[in-house]
Amino acid sequence: EHEVEKMFTLKPGRLPQADVKNIIFFVRPKLELMDIITDNVLREDRGRSPQRDFHILFVPRRSLLCEQWLKEQGVLGSFIHREQYSLDLIPFDGDLLSMESESAFKECYLESDQTSLYHAAKGLMTLQALYGTIPQIFGKGECARHVANMMIRMKREFPGSQNSIFPVFDTLLLLDRNVDLLTPLATQLTYEGLIDEIYGIQNTYVKLPPEKFAPKKQGEGGKDLPTEPKKLQLNSAEELYAEIRDKNFNAVGSVLSKKAKIISAAFEERHHAKTVGEIKQFVSQLPHMQAARSSLANHTSIAELIKDITTSEDFFDNLTVEQEFMSGIDTDKVNNYIEDCIAQKHPLIKILRLVCLQSVCNSGLKQKVLDHYKREILQTYGYEHILTLNNLEKAGLLKPQTSGRNNYPTIRKTLRLWMDDVNEQNPNDISYVYSGYAPLSVRLAQLLARPGWRSIEEVLKMLPGPHFEERQQLPTGLQKKRQHGENRVTLVFFLGGVTYAEIAALRFLSQMEDGGTEYVIATTKLINGTSWIKSLMEKLEPAPF
Amino acid sequence: MSRARADEEEYWHSSKFRAFTFDDDDDELSQLKESKRAVNSLRDIVDDDDDDDLERVSWSGEPVGRRNKLPSFQSLSDVFSDTGVKNYAPELRRPKTEYKDYSSDWSPKDTVRRMQRGKVLIFLKRTLRREILFRELEVRQVALCHLIHFLKETGEQKLLLDLLRFLDRTEEVALSQYREHLNIQDVEKRREFLKVCIGLPFSAEDTSHIQDHYTLLERQIIIEANDRHLETAGQSEIFRKYPRKASILNMPLVTTLFYSCFYHYTEAEGTFSSPTNLKKTFKIPDKQYVLTALAARAKLRAWDDVDALFTTKNWLGYTKKKAPIGFHRVVEILQRNNAPVQVLQEYVRLVEDVETRLNLATKYKCHDVVIETYRDLKDRIQLTAYKCKVERGSAEEEKINSILNNMQIRWKN
Repeated sequence: EHEVEKMFTLKPGRLPQADVKNIIFFVRPKLELMDIITDNVLREDRGRSPQRDFHILFVPRRSLLCEQWLKEQGVLGSFIHREQYSLDLIPFDGDLLSMESESAFKECYLESDQTSLYHAAKGLMTLQALYGTIPQIFGKGECARHVANMMIRMKREFPGSQNSIFPVFDTLLLLDRNVDLLTPLATQLTYEGLIDEIYGIQNTYVKLPPEKFAPKKQGEGGKDLPTEPKKLQLNSAEELYAEIRDKNFNAVGSVLSKKAKIISAAFEERHHAKTVGEIKQFVSQLPHMQAARSSLANHTSIAELIKDITTSEDFFDNLTVEQEFMSGIDTDKVNNYIEDCIAQKHPLIKILRLVCLQSVCNSGLKQKVLDHYKREILQTYGYEHILTLNNLEKAGLLKPQTSGRNNYPTIRKTLRLWMDDVNEQNPNDISYVYSGYAPLSVRLAQLLARPGWRSIEEVLKMLPGPHFEERQQLPTGLQKKRQHGENRVTLVFFLGGVTYAEIAALRFLSQMEDGGTEYVIATTKLINGTSWIKSLMEKLEPAPF
Repeated sequence: MSRARADEEEYWHSSKFRAFTFDDDDDELSQLKESKRAVNSLRDIVDDDDDDDLERVSWSGEPVGRRNKLPSFQSLSDVFSDTGVKNYAPELRRPKTEYKDYSSDWSPKDTVRRMQRGKVLIFLKRTLRREILFRELEVRQVALCHLIHFLKETGEQKLLLDLLRFLDRTEEVALSQYREHLNIQDVEKRREFLKVCIGLPFSAEDTSHIQDHYTLLERQIIIEANDRHLETAGQSEIFRKYPRKASILNMPLVTTLFYSCFYHYTEAEGTFSSPTNLKKTFKIPDKQYVLTALAARAKLRAWDDVDALFTTKNWLGYTKKKAPIGFHRVVEILQRNNAPVQVLQEYVRLVEDVETRLNLATKYKCHDVVIETYRDLKDRIQLTAYKCKVERGSAEEEKINSILNNMQIRWKN
């Protein structure tokens, strides 16, 4: 309806054929993307008619550096319009928003660059313009404090934005990622979490090995095995996925087999349909049943793929060590399993996740232990990784124990982070998402709702950054009075990244009877331990320019 | 950062609401006109569409000729003094203590200033003498962070290092400089560069790592040259049989040790390429050394060498086998290299934990070990049951039978 003819993915080389007058580049302000655009522009056939006009839209803001770069390449003048498109928060699902800013954590905690915080604040202002001013703001962390300040400031600057929308959100909770460095390091154990850990979910899409998804046709003989990975979209629009995504993986099998029986029975109905009316009804249900069957087939295949991994010896050994650390066992010694993995040259990120986990669960490693790990890592993977290790130390993930005391046991006990009697099939506590460990960040949200943070003042002081509360004035008449039994709505904004397991935990709280609060989640980026650590690793290839 | 993510579709949601825009640029600028003196010279740069001044500077950041109409350094410093510009770039003016809070309270106006401040910073960077720029930046944390980030992105290493050195952020200087070695492709130049890095202000631990990095590369260059010569000369058997797939340059230490154990195992400690020399020079712990040597010799199926690794003579002249790693690990590595059962058996026998020993022995068909273990456990039932696992009429079956018939054994079942 806006007369967009075609959409293409940005690729180097000539631009694809399209009979259009205007070409708009819609990109994030990254230098390597500028190279591709330059290539596209330079290869454009100037002799062609009609000539095409170029425009560039930077998301979410223009960048002096990028424009300078384009200028250096001699193509800046080719763009008739150079604008910015302030897309801050992108909806990923009915209760999930993300800025998809990969470098937010690194920028905020390593480089003291608060650009992404500014965008978070802007995104929140936009949200309030649509859904009403949020009357209560709680926060924990330095970045949270900055965002809150910005929001208040922005509100002052735009008095006209005071609107008459009935507030949808009762509370905003801003949380710094570095308040809970532990959770992203542990291996997620929900269905969606495991898909992300193993295959990586990008913008709700996942690419899977194709073998299990080949259509079984009789007589084909398997000569046409697909080589392209199978791409699937994963969101709550798919009924079955919505049902199983947040479950602990061990509880998924029984859901799938129950579903299989139901679908089988539904298809069997055709034998019972006698009258024309009944047959007609059956036929009208058919598309839905076929979709359900296809969905079931896909997820059964995915579950099989995941099971191959989770039943492997290595997965088990890794998980065992993680759980030992999280429950506080032997966090002050060099760990044999980690040493063995280094000796066998397992992927470096796996090693880094484990040593960082140990460090966080010990409030920092003893100098001797840290030096030992560092030496082994550098000798096995190369000395250049000193740069990454330095980044990890700066982020607080892998550092020496400075105060001489380990706060983690106190935090763990007070917040009940480790629950021995976890029930994976029918959970009664958020600790099911890691089969025993309750995500610290979600515990904080849980306790904020009930009984409030006053009850954990001491522990809050042990976690980094200030905690605070702010109130925003609502115009009279808009003050919400909650009906009895009506849930409060809290928006939890994770500054620095959030994992699918934490999202599952918050959804669990939302659907708890007598929980009292429903949660909507926002973040700078959807992450898992691997992508998170990767964003902190020093790029070791030589600079492109 | 990945380059052209060709396979990924950007998932974006067309926005139904108006975004915040800053079309009021002109209004902001009119406020800035308040102080004409110093601002005049800067305002030209700051006007959005005036690219002339930027054009005159080369990409490397070196100013192409100083601007003559620049006011003296004195008056520019006044720009930053409290008596100077009132409204323009207030962030640059405020004292340090107010910084933390103020910098976070951004309004749209501040955003505009921030974008323009970026240009101001670039202008200042190009025209101000470094010392003054650095001094001014030292008390302005936010601007400082921006500049550092900018310098990192554009790769302006020298200026970045000067700035960091000025700020006494010495370790950062060291690491930042060290990072540059990745951009040096030529090994000799890289080696020289690393040598210089050793003297940089790293922490004590890190200094030893950098030292090791340099020493390692130095050795690798020598080994590589030597081995390439050996390879082309065609006289060395090991290189003929197992031609090298890659050069040893820039490989990690453990990989280098493996290479050395593979191609230069028997060399005396005096040579740079001998494993023992590497062990000594880099203080490689026994565990790591044994594991690596084992992997290399097993790959070459040099079972005698493997044997020698674990054999020690005590003072009475008796030989004994021991390992700094569990023998089950030894078995694992041997098995992965398809060691013959006789060899495997020797080491399975040495596994301390009985259950593990039985598991491995059964798994890898080391019959003698299974038999001996059941005998030692005095487990008649299991031993009898194991008979079906061995070939009829084989030596193993005979062994089982003779043990079962042994009257002197007090079976437990």
